[in-house]
Amino acid sequence: MRLLTHNLLSSHVRGVGPRGFPLRLQATEVRINPVEFNPDFIVRMIPKVEWAALLEAADNLHLIEVPKEPIQGYEHNEEFLRKMHHVLLEVEVLEGTLQCPESGRVFPISRGIPNMLLSDEETET
Amino acid sequence: MAPPGILNRYLLLMAQEHLEFRLPEIKSLLSLFGGQFTSSQETYGKSPFWILSIPSEDIARNLMKRTVCAKSIFELWGHGKCPEELYSSLKNYPVEKMVPFLHSESTYKIKIHTFNKTLTQEEKVKRIDALEFLPFEGKVNLKKPQHIFSILEDYGLDPNHIPENPHNIYFGRWIADGQRELIESYSVKKRHFIGNTSMDAGLSFIMANHGKVKKNDIVFDPFVGTGGLLIASAHFGAYVYGTDIDYNTVHGLGKASRKNQKWRGPDENIRANLRQYGLEKYYLDVLVSDASKPSWRKGTYFDAIITDPPYGIRESTRRTGSQKEIPKGIEKCPESHVPVSLSYHLSDMFFDLLNFSAETLVLGGRLVYWLPVYTPEYTEEMVPWHPCLKLISNCEQKLSSHTSRRLITMEKVKEFENRDQYSHLLSDHFLLYQGHNSFREKYFSGVTKRIAKEEKSSQE
Repeated sequence: MRLLTHNLLSSHVRGVGPRGFPLRLQATEVRINPVEFNPDFIVRMIPKVEWAALLEAADNLHLIEVPKEPIQGYEHNEEFLRKMHHVLLEVEVLEGTLQCPESGRVFPISRGIPNMLLSDEETET
Repeated sequence: MAPPGILNRYLLLMAQEHLEFRLPEIKSLLSLFGGQFTSSQETYGKSPFWILSIPSEDIARNLMKRTVCAKSIFELWGHGKCPEELYSSLKNYPVEKMVPFLHSESTYKIKIHTFNKTLTQEEKVKRIDALEFLPFEGKVNLKKPQHIFSILEDYGLDPNHIPENPHNIYFGRWIADGQRELIESYSVKKRHFIGNTSMDAGLSFIMANHGKVKKNDIVFDPFVGTGGLLIASAHFGAYVYGTDIDYNTVHGLGKASRKNQKWRGPDENIRANLRQYGLEKYYLDVLVSDASKPSWRKGTYFDAIITDPPYGIRESTRRTGSQKEIPKGIEKCPESHVPVSLSYHLSDMFFDLLNFSAETLVLGGRLVYWLPVYTPEYTEEMVPWHPCLKLISNCEQKLSSHTSRRLITMEKVKEFENRDQYSHLLSDHFLLYQGHNSFREKYFSGVTKRIAKEEKSSQE
């Protein structure tokens, strides 16, 4: 699971609503997997990123060199874009958990794939 | 330079398959590249010859880099219902538009294609020679000409009634071919990881085109299965997400769908499929998730949602249920510990899908999905609707004598506000599609009737 994905995921346990975001990320196995740098795609993603959630997740994975916020003129700043590319796309959590901050419900990540299934009782109607 | 307001005319030679899907594909692609669909022809129907007006050759070339429905495109220089009309039409074509391709330094060749009829070599040469009046000043080069010109003769569509003379004759400069070779190179037969319901390669590319997928888009499939639909979008440069309720399929575990193969190999999962075609860099993630209970945060981040939801025939329709409701004999995924059982009423599933799309698509983004219908009861009003989504096209593919599926394309035209979730419940459309909840029974009713009939006649 990539950090871009983590940034888009939220808990849907009954009653948590928007407080289900962001999920607390813990990892027991992480892989750095190089991905071809595509600045145009990264530029498109920057406005969609919830920055606080990204920083918290990156911190839980002990990542360094993570930009604290989008900088002025980021569209043309290759260094910034490469750092964001690395954080968003090249760090993969293979084994770990995502925890709902409100209810405590844990969603496992195995073989890089999060399992978000909830039973009927647990979800919103 | 053409006077302003005059668009150039092009001839599209269409492939004769998926007939209903062709016009929406061409329209979607033209709109993607800044053109607009305009034509002097009234209907396209079954004919493979379409005359279109396109603002520039660049747009025409971009169209051909995407279409799997069109075989070739030609800059149309003349046409007519008989040779005389063709020649007179050619004489009316502005010479200054011909000269760049016919001047003395150029090389060219002229080909002739006849549709629904075979000509002898002698007949072909005669027709090419008849064009001597055209101001060709260059040299003929049959091997590697700079410019290729084509005569196309249309002898109709009925192989049992081939006319003496063609209905139409066209002459044009060949510009480009379409992407029909993708159908073979991405064939499901060669794919590493398949499922029971993997989509035919041609249709998956048509779906990506109906969805106006473009480079750097994010495309999502909420019923991803083995990822076939994602492959087409990744091929066009989009980054892809998928979810599925089936743990084993998402992880690439369990029984294989290939004949003679018992278990899936280590190389069989969605990511491996993308890797097979050199598209792994477009793989974002897949998740085990229930499409009726999505786990995405509030926001609009999908440029397209392209999917083939289960119809309940070859794959069951399911959603997660409660511990107390498990009927006996239901599968339980060992690692998820969540009972996956309740049959998901088809109409609920489509309305969840539309609501989800209205909420998470960017404005202008498209939803493309298959809707199964029981043909004897189908009416257009049955197609699910949503106040935020505009219906773009509805194309039928027959599945059996009394069932078909329809490829529905919708575009988000209005931002989502919470109360929209409920307004559809007030609509008659919701009630109409309810009848289709028993799609599975209706699908099989034809089969059981036929078997009963056969048994009866074998006893007589």
